Amino acid sequence: MATYPTDYRYTREHEWVSVKDDIATIGITDYAQHELGDVVFVGMPEVGTALKAGQTLGSVESVKTMSDIYAPVSGSVVEINSELANAPEKINQDPHGAAWLVRMKLADATEVSTLLDAAAYQAFVAEKDSSA
Amino acid sequence: MRYLPKSPSERQEMLASIGAGSIEELFASIPAALRLDRPLDLPGPLSEAEIIAWFRARAEETSLGYTSFLGGGVYNHLRSVVTDAILQRGEFLTSYTPYQAEISQGTLQAIFEFQTLVCQLTGQEVANASMWDGSTATTEAALMAARLTGRRRLLVARTLHPEYREVLATYGRHIGLTADEIPYSPSGQIDRERLGAALNDECAAVIVQSPNFFGVLEEIPELAEMAHARKALLVVAITEAVSLGVVRPPAEADIVALETQSFGMAPSFGGPYAGVIATRERFVRQMPGRLAGQTTDATGRRGFVLTLATREQHIRREKATSNICTNQALCALAATVHLCLLGKEGLRELALQNLAKARFAAEEIGRVPRVRLPFSAPTFNEFVIELPRSARLANRRLLDEKIVGPLAIGRWYPELTKHGLVCVTETMPRTEIERFATELREVLAGPL
Amino acid sequence: MSETNLRAGRNISLNEGLIFEKSAPGKRAFELPPLDVPPVDPVAALGAAHARESVEGFPEVSEIEVLRHFTRLSSWNYSIDLGMYPLGSCTMKYNPRVNEFVARLEGLATEHPYQPPEVSRGCLAIMRTLEKCLLEITGMDACTLEPAAGAQGELCGLLLIRAYLESQGSARRKVLIPDSAHGTNPATATIAGYEVQNIRSDAAGQIDVEALKSIVNEDVAALMVTNPSTLGVFEQRIAEIAEILHAHGALLYMDGANMNALAGIARPGDFGVDVMHLNLHKTFSTPHGGGGPGAGPVLVKKILEPFLPVPVLVEKNGKLSLETHRRTSIGRMRAFGGNFGVLVRALAYTLAYGPGMRQATEDAVLNANYIRRKLEDVYELPYKSPSMHEVVFSDARQKKNGVNTMDIAKRLIDYGFHPYTTAFPLIVPGALMIEPTESESKEECDAFVEAMRAIAAEAETNPEIVKTAPHNTRIGRLDEVTAARKPILRWRPPVNRPPSE
Repeated sequence: MATYPTDYRYTREHEWVSVKDDIATIGITDYAQHELGDVVFVGMPEVGTALKAGQTLGSVESVKTMSDIYAPVSGSVVEINSELANAPEKINQDPHGAAWLVRMKLADATEVSTLLDAAAYQAFVAEKDSSA
Repeated sequence: MRYLPKSPSERQEMLASIGAGSIEELFASIPAALRLDRPLDLPGPLSEAEIIAWFRARAEETSLGYTSFLGGGVYNHLRSVVTDAILQRGEFLTSYTPYQAEISQGTLQAIFEFQTLVCQLTGQEVANASMWDGSTATTEAALMAARLTGRRRLLVARTLHPEYREVLATYGRHIGLTADEIPYSPSGQIDRERLGAALNDECAAVIVQSPNFFGVLEEIPELAEMAHARKALLVVAITEAVSLGVVRPPAEADIVALETQSFGMAPSFGGPYAGVIATRERFVRQMPGRLAGQTTDATGRRGFVLTLATREQHIRREKATSNICTNQALCALAATVHLCLLGKEGLRELALQNLAKARFAAEEIGRVPRVRLPFSAPTFNEFVIELPRSARLANRRLLDEKIVGPLAIGRWYPELTKHGLVCVTETMPRTEIERFATELREVLAGPL
Repeated sequence: MSETNLRAGRNISLNEGLIFEKSAPGKRAFELPPLDVPPVDPVAALGAAHARESVEGFPEVSEIEVLRHFTRLSSWNYSIDLGMYPLGSCTMKYNPRVNEFVARLEGLATEHPYQPPEVSRGCLAIMRTLEKCLLEITGMDACTLEPAAGAQGELCGLLLIRAYLESQGSARRKVLIPDSAHGTNPATATIAGYEVQNIRSDAAGQIDVEALKSIVNEDVAALMVTNPSTLGVFEQRIAEIAEILHAHGALLYMDGANMNALAGIARPGDFGVDVMHLNLHKTFSTPHGGGGPGAGPVLVKKILEPFLPVPVLVEKNGKLSLETHRRTSIGRMRAFGGNFGVLVRALAYTLAYGPGMRQATEDAVLNANYIRRKLEDVYELPYKSPSMHEVVFSDARQKKNGVNTMDIAKRLIDYGFHPYTTAFPLIVPGALMIEPTESESKEECDAFVEAMRAIAAEAETNPEIVKTAPHNTRIGRLDEVTAARKPILRWRPPVNRPPSE
C-alpha cells in the first residue's frame, strides 16, 4: 500500500504536484507507475513551454503501453528532470521523489487548491482497485 | 475437399459433443432474413491440375517472349533460385508476425539483419522492418518529417516518381499538409534555384529522389545543406536500390525511403514489393513500422524482439505514428537473402554491369538519327530519350517487333510527350540492345 | 506434462550468429554472367562526387553458408506447416502450395505493371476474375484490389466515405468505433482526418444500439464495425444499425477481418454495409510470411464507385484495361497497382473451393464451438452469446493464483502450440482469444484442448511453472524493457581496441 505524501496534491489522471513559492514540481504517482510497468522512456516538453491545466505535458512509455501526462496546473515549464533520459526506471523506483518530471512557474496559485488532497486521492485509487 | 481435415463422421462427433443437431444450429445467431439462401455463384471447384492449367493459360496472354526496356520504379534483375529455396520453407512462408519472440527468432533475426543491411546501403543509422512499398514509405517519411518539425509544408521535386507524388497527395490532403512542386532544370536534376526561392521556415521537408524518375543523380549534400539552413529535413526516395552498389549513399539525408524490389522480388505486375525507412537514431521514436531489437533472455543468451511497439497502432490506436500492421516481411526476407548472396563484391559488380549496359545502350541509341538524350547530368541504369514525335506511337510499332519500348513519360509530363525512359539492367543481352536500336531506327524512318 | 502432450517443438539449439559474423573478405555466393559490353569506370561515368567504393560492412559469405544460415534460422520459427495457430481474428489457415506455384509462373511473376494492355491481358483477367468472386462473396457492387493490407484498405474505405459525403455537402467530423475494435481502426480514422468517438458495447458484447441512437447525428460520417465482432459474436441488430446510420446520412464501414465466419453464409452487402475491406492474408489463405505481404481489397456499394482509387480496372468492348485518371477518384493509394502476387494466390484459393467455400466456413465455426464447449468449464467465458469462428475466454479463474493470460500463452508454447491472441479485445480484461480456423482436424483440436486443460490444472497446482514459461524453447522470455530503454537496432562491427586496454 503506497503512501502518498500529505503535502502534495493530486489529479484523477494520477499526477502529483508539490508547490514551493510559485514553483510547482510535478510527477506521476505510485499508482500510475505500477499500472504502467517498467518505464522505458519519458517524453518531455521543452523548457519555456506555456501550458494550461489539462493540456498534454508529456508522455511516459513502458514496454506495453504509453500514457500521456497532463499539466495539473497552468504555467510555464522552467525545468525538466534530465536524469530521466538515461534512467527512466527512476519513475518506478521513486515516483514521488527523485523522479519528478518537470517544474513549472505557476500562472494561478489558486488552481492548486482545487486538486485532490492525499486522503481524497488515496480513496480515489482504492475505489478504482476494488471495482477493477 | 482436400484442404479440410475432417471426415463426415468426425463432424458428427463434434456436433454431438457440442449438443448441436446440425451445423445450421451454430449459425442460429444470424437472423434468418440476413442469411444467403443459395450457393455462392463462383467458378470451381478446381483440382490442383486444373488450377495450374487455368493460370498457365493466363500466363500465355502476357509478354512472354518480348524484350522489355521498362523501368520507372520497377526493375528486372537477376534472381537466384536460392532465394526461393529459403522463402518457400514453411517456417518462413507460413509463420506469423513475430509477436511471440521465443518461437519467432528466425524471423526476428532475419529482420535485424535486414535493418542492418539497409543502414549499410543507405548510410543511415537505423532502419525499420519494412513498409508496404517505396511510394508509401516516401509518404510515411513525409508525415514523419511533419511530426518532427511541427511544420506543414512540403517541397516536392517534380522528378520524384509521379505515382509516388500522387500517393503523397492522397494521404497528405487529409492531415493538412501542403505540397509545392519544384521543377527540374535542363540537366534533369531538381532546379536548385527554384528550390532556394521556395524554401522558408514553414517547410517540414524537401523531398527528392535519386536516381530520380529521369534516371538522373541529384546532388544530395548540397540539397541537405539548403534544407538544413531553414531547419527543414531532407527526405530522399530511392526506387532503384541497385544504384547503391556504385553510387554514394545519401548519408546527409535525414530520412531515406528505399524501395527494395530490385533485391530479389520479381516485378509481378506491381507487387508485392518492400519499402523501408532509414533515418537518424534520434528520430527513431517518430519512425513508423516494426522494429526488431537485440536483447538477452534470463540466461544471457542473445535474442531479438519487436521493440518500441508503443509507436504502433495496437497500442497507441488513434495516436499511433501510422496505421500500418501487416507489412512486407517475406519480401524483406527475399531482399535479405538476395543481398547476402550478392555480398559486398557481388553488389558492386552488379551495379557496374548495370552502369555499363546502360552506357552502351545510350551510345547505340544516341547514334539513331533524330534521337537525342536531353538531360546532361549523370545517370545510373535509366535515361530519357527524345524522339522526333510521340513516344507512345513509336512504342506501338516496336511492340509489333516484340519489343516493349521505353516508358512514354508524356502521360505524367505533358511537356515531354516525345520522351521515353529507357531502362537497361544486367539482364539485357547486348544483342537485344543492338536490335532495339535497329528497330527504333526503322520505326523513326517510316511514318508513325 | 504427459508424453502424449509433448508435440513437435522445433528450436534446434544451434549457435547460429548473425550473417555479418560469418563474413570474411573475398567470399562470395553469387556469380554474374560475364559482361558482354565494354566496362565503364564509375568515377568517369558518375563523377568522383557520386562514386562509391563499396558498401562498408556488407557480408561476404558463400552460397552454402547463406543457405545453412537461413535454414538454421528457420528452425527457430513456429509455422502453420508445423501446427495450429489459435490466434483470434488472424485466421491462420493452411497456405495451399499450388498458390505459390502459380504465383511464380513465367508470364505472371515476370510482368511489369507499365506494360501496355495488349501484353497484360492475362494479368488483367486474373484481377477481373478475382474482383467478380469477391463481389459475389460479399454481396457488394464494385471493387478495388489496390490496397496493400487491411489497414490500407481501411484508409481507402474511409477516404471513399469522405469523398462521398463531401459530394453530398459535408465530409462531417466524426467516426464511431466500438471499444472492441482492432487498433488499426482508430489509427486509420485519424489519418483520414476524422475524430474518433468510442462507442460502448452492451452487456452481451454487442454494439449498444440505444447508445448509438443517441450519438448518431449529422456530425457522424460513419460507424466502423467488425462483424462478427472481435468477440466472435454476430452483431444481431446489424441491419437496424445500418438503418439508423443511413437515416442520418451516415455510412456503415465493415472491417472484414472476420469474414471467415461468413463466406457462403451471409453477405455484408445484404445486411446494410456500404463499404468494407477484406484481408486476403486471413480469409483467403495467402501466407503471412512472418508479417506480410498481404492485401486489403475494398468493396463498395454503387454510391461509392465514382470515388474508387486509381487505377480502376475497366472493361470496354470485352477488353480489360487500367484507367489511371478519374476525376472523382480519391486518388492513388500506392504506386503501380495492387499486390498482384498476393491476388494470384487468393484467386487460386477461391478457384479450389468454388461454391464449396461454405464448407470451410462451417468447419471454422464448428471447430471454434467445439473448443469452446471443451474449455468452458475450466476457463471463464465473459460473454455467453453464441460464438462463431472464434471464442474469447478470460483469465479470471487463473488470476486467483497469480497466473494471467500472458503466462498461459507462454506455457502453451511448451505444449507445442503457438499462443492464442492475448489481451485483446480490450473490453475483456485478461482475454484469451481463440480462432482455430477450418484447417485444424479434430485430432489437432483435441490436442489443443488437452494442452489448455493441463495448463488450467497447472495454474491451480503449480502456478510457478506457468508464470515462468516457456521452458522448452531455445530462448526464454526476453528482456523487453532493456530492448526499449536502450534499443540496439542493427549490428555494428566490433571496434578494434588499442593494445594497451
